Amino acid sequence: MQRVGVFVCWCGSNIAGTVDVKAVAEALKNEPGVVFSTDYQYMCSQAGQDMIINAVKEHNLTGIVVCSCSPRMHEATFRKTAAAAGLNPYMVEIANIREQCSWVHKDMALGTEKAIILGKAAVAKVNLNAPLTPGQSPVTKRALVIGGGIAGIQTALDIADAGFEVDIVEKKPTIGGKMAQLDKTFPTLDCAACILTPKMVDVAQNDKIRIFSYSEVAEVKGFVGNFDVTIKKNARYVKEDICTGCGACVEKCPMKKNPNEFNLGMDNRPAIYIPFAQAVPKVATIDPNACNMLKNGKCGVCARICTAGAIDYTQKDEYIEEKYGAIVVATGFNPISMDKFDEFAYNQSKDVITSLEFERLTNAAGPTAGHLERPSDGRSPKTIVFVQCVGSRCDACAEKGKEYCSKICCMYTAKHAMLVRDKYPETEVYVFYIDVRTPGKNFDEFYRRAVEEYGVKYVKGMVGKVVPEGDKLKVQASDLLANKQLHIDADLVVLAAAIEPDKSARPLATMLTASMDTNDFFTEAHPKLRPVESPTAGVFLSGACQGPKDIPETVSQASAAAAKVIGLLAKDKLTGNPCIAHSDELMCNGCSSCANVCPYGAITYEDKEFRMPDRTTKVRRVASVNPAVCQGCGACTVACPSGAMDLKGFANLQIMAEVDAICK
Amino acid sequence: MKVSYFPGCTLKNKAKDLDLYAYKSAEALGVTLEEIENWQCCGGVFTTAKNEVATKLSSVRALKEACTKEQPLVTVCSACHNVIKQTNHAMQTDKDFAAKVNRYMNEDGGYSGETAVYHYLEMLRDLVGFDTLKEKVVNPLKGKKIAAYYGCLLLRPNSVMNMDDPENPTIMEDFIKALGADAVVYSMRNECCGGYVSVESPDLAKNKSNAVVNNAKAQGAEMIITACPLCKYNLVKNGADIPVVYFTELLAEALGVKEDTNE
Repeated sequence: MQRVGVFVCWCGSNIAGTVDVKAVAEALKNEPGVVFSTDYQYMCSQAGQDMIINAVKEHNLTGIVVCSCSPRMHEATFRKTAAAAGLNPYMVEIANIREQCSWVHKDMALGTEKAIILGKAAVAKVNLNAPLTPGQSPVTKRALVIGGGIAGIQTALDIADAGFEVDIVEKKPTIGGKMAQLDKTFPTLDCAACILTPKMVDVAQNDKIRIFSYSEVAEVKGFVGNFDVTIKKNARYVKEDICTGCGACVEKCPMKKNPNEFNLGMDNRPAIYIPFAQAVPKVATIDPNACNMLKNGKCGVCARICTAGAIDYTQKDEYIEEKYGAIVVATGFNPISMDKFDEFAYNQSKDVITSLEFERLTNAAGPTAGHLERPSDGRSPKTIVFVQCVGSRCDACAEKGKEYCSKICCMYTAKHAMLVRDKYPETEVYVFYIDVRTPGKNFDEFYRRAVEEYGVKYVKGMVGKVVPEGDKLKVQASDLLANKQLHIDADLVVLAAAIEPDKSARPLATMLTASMDTNDFFTEAHPKLRPVESPTAGVFLSGACQGPKDIPETVSQASAAAAKVIGLLAKDKLTGNPCIAHSDELMCNGCSSCANVCPYGAITYEDKEFRMPDRTTKVRRVASVNPAVCQGCGACTVACPSGAMDLKGFANLQIMAEVDAICK
Repeated sequence: MKVSYFPGCTLKNKAKDLDLYAYKSAEALGVTLEEIENWQCCGGVFTTAKNEVATKLSSVRALKEACTKEQPLVTVCSACHNVIKQTNHAMQTDKDFAAKVNRYMNEDGGYSGETAVYHYLEMLRDLVGFDTLKEKVVNPLKGKKIAAYYGCLLLRPNSVMNMDDPENPTIMEDFIKALGADAVVYSMRNECCGGYVSVESPDLAKNKSNAVVNNAKAQGAEMIITACPLCKYNLVKNGADIPVVYFTELLAEALGVKEDTNE
């Protein structure tokens, strides 16, 4: 029999305001096993904890029940207190009489009654508690960053800076991501390439960082500290270690008319290409769908021209297996397709473009060398209409758009409008908006400058229709403040398309058993207090894969994720949670129900020899839980038909004892 | 395949072409249109007179008859289709409305929206199939640049009509392609022709109609097809200088049954 001490907390008036704490302490005195019961104003304070330590010594307590706030809040605190008193930390139970009782009830008598019942349940449970010791597992001191945009770059640099090895896996031929495509960055208007490319070079030159470009993650196994990852290195038909990036092959390639992804298809690139001048790694890649040699075996110009001998038409996809202690997801975002928004005539006119296309159009390294020209006829536009929230905040039509605010569009549209008015002051610029949302350091000032200094015409209201006619785009819109219909003959219409997570995110989440929300953004472990960790141990989130973000925010989150990774990799051993599942092999019939429901892949099966009552041996298939992977969710214990699966610290018997105590 | 057919009043006088060619083409495609017996006017504009139960009774009678015959009900006029489909939806979802209507009616077991309502175009897409239609075409309309004009009623409200995306429709373009012609996509294809204000403010109606025709022409259209008698009337009356024809006429031409009707 345990010797249980009960400690009822007032939490100032938080609990004592609606629960008669003295009555609770008094009532619990008579519960089986309870040898001491008291109350105190702030049990979590040093004085409160000392009170517990003294009581353990004085009354030889073997179990502790604290009736206080949620275990999420202070379970760890009281476990430490128990350890300080010489008890096993897992001999502590919390009865949550604050969040689940005093805060939600108004009636003192009812609240007190419920608090007593919750206390009784905790006493019943602690009577069956057994000391638990957490297991330990080693840590592979290398991190994997998936995605080589600004988020992945920053995370990798910070981890490498702390002395740990990092690998970046990037599916494109170069790192740099979306930021490499941008022209200027708000609110300071510094050129994106000028601040990004030095970082890309840092990555390339850092001997702690390896880049797997044109590669994908193919498989992830293992658990925090011990991930086994298979990386698929797609054949680029160019030997990366030999190619010097001279570009001679790119110039001579005869297959020149392939849409250039980097310029969003607004110009062409050859079949062998280097995405942009500052690409890292600066290595050519052959597009197998465009290359005549790979398709028909005819050509071979690039192999002849290459003095280094880097071209290899026989290259195959390569699979590389590597071990990691931590994984950072930095898969980023894409603008949504405009196919379902034909009211804006995106597919009907070349002069209706997305904001990202506009970035390329004003970029000195873009298809027009930075001159603002209409894609259709190369004339410079005299009237430009920007439409915000295309597909964002779209609840009525959730099928084609997104319900959320894409967050970055108000600022980049203000930037675009301002830059146009600055460079081409004779151009008329309209911005249609639902709301202008520009919180952030120096953001609202930036937007106001666009309106007040640069004379951008902001109109509250949406564009209903864009009709291409002749060389004009007839824009029909409403001005909600003036309660008027507007008809504008525009030369260029720019759509601020909503952003969505990259398509690779969902299959990756499945591989990582990391959770996602309905929009395919990765879910964080806690929306406020653990924003860069996934609920899956050892998986961290960096950048827009977790939600729409601008560059400053992405970089802060990237560094925060790096800090979390460094904290993990700095440990030699990881202490696990001892409250994990285990299987009673004598009761297990090997049915796989548990393995099927386990979200972490922690359960495997093994054939084991059992000695039978008649002294023969029999081989049976039984479940076995990997203690380092199990997160203690308990799904398997519910699924197990034979009752073989049980959860330490939350044993079936303990839960039944709690239910009994409540129903008594 | 046999289906119930609701022609509507305009198809029996002003828009006889729409009706005749619908019959002929259906026959060529192996579909028999069984005209609802003693059908009456659909009741007119649904949205502006939903509460007027009496005007919905003829629609419900037609729906009930199709239901009794266990056939889908096919319509061809955009306006009739809109009224009948919306009435059917109201019978399914609005209990008070259905109860009121059923009290007026003298039908066994009442009616609560069991009949599937198809527009003729939907029948071509979903029951016949555009691929089958393509195979049956004998006069492919090769090289013809044809613009589909949807108008306002055919696709809206989307939640009820459920026919195609009202902002990005493709059903008529797919129809045109199935007949072997080139579909001209233009922005104004789903805008109003101004029909509702043609009596009150003819100038406004003219503006609306011209905007549609000009936009179609600007995108290279040589011909406009429509399913709506009111749209056709307006476009033609306001001076469309390219042919505006019913989609069924084009269909009959492609299927080689147009001459038959002219005899």
